[in-house]
Amino acid sequence: MDVPVSYYLILSGIVFSIGLVGVLIRRNIIIILLSIELMLNATNINFVAFSSYLGNLSGQVFVFFALTVAAAEVAVGLAIIIALYRHSASTNIDDFRLLKW
Amino acid sequence: METIVFFYFASVIVVTAALVVGLRSPVFSALALLVMFFHVAGLFVTLHAEFLAVIQILVYAGAILVLYLFVVMLLNLKGEVRFHHQLTVGLFLGCMVFAEAVLLVVKGDTSSLGQNFSPSREPAQLMQGNTESIGELLYSTYLFPFEIASLILLVAMVGAVILTKKGILEAKS
Repeated sequence: MDVPVSYYLILSGIVFSIGLVGVLIRRNIIIILLSIELMLNATNINFVAFSSYLGNLSGQVFVFFALTVAAAEVAVGLAIIIALYRHSASTNIDDFRLLKW
Repeated sequence: METIVFFYFASVIVVTAALVVGLRSPVFSALALLVMFFHVAGLFVTLHAEFLAVIQILVYAGAILVLYLFVVMLLNLKGEVRFHHQLTVGLFLGCMVFAEAVLLVVKGDTSSLGQNFSPSREPAQLMQGNTESIGELLYSTYLFPFEIASLILLVAMVGAVILTKKGILEAKS
């Protein structure tokens, strides 16, 4: 173990921040979903790094569950995008203000 | 050697993650994400999580990204304005979150983590493969969450079918 665990934490912090910025600044809903995938991957890196450094496999099992939830999220999210596109022929986040007062 | 490999994977991950957010076309963003997933899988291999590396490529690169590309091609998107008008606020918040993470890592003492535990994990890892150990853990300690995960997948499947089926949403609106 040459690489200290803090390097992995910093890396996952960078990726998570990029994902957060992507959610906040992009207009396209598909890119926003991709940014959410970035954030999920950042947490996965964290889980696996800690699992490896602590010698405990539970972290890897949690990554497995995170993968399951990510797959479910993508399926439902893309279905919502298709339904929205059918509704107003756009994927721009600013066009959807149905639930905004 | 391990450090060089780590820095290669880390730099590619960071660059492709920035490309995902920065590129204009959703197709190129998805392809950048594909490269990132492969390098995250490589990082998992260096961390002795071979099973998860394979699952990462199979599920993320094989299933999720293909679904993304399929939807992007289905919708036939035109070029549009890339960034939201809250660009500066978003960048500021992202920098704040990153600074917080760095502060937590620097303040917290993580240097002793590797030394204390690494001797105890060597025999267990060598006796058994990574996949066997995860399978045993998954079907004993985490059996109930495993069943819940299957339920989540079922709900997502039904939800996706109902959301995209023509006639249900239109009839109500």
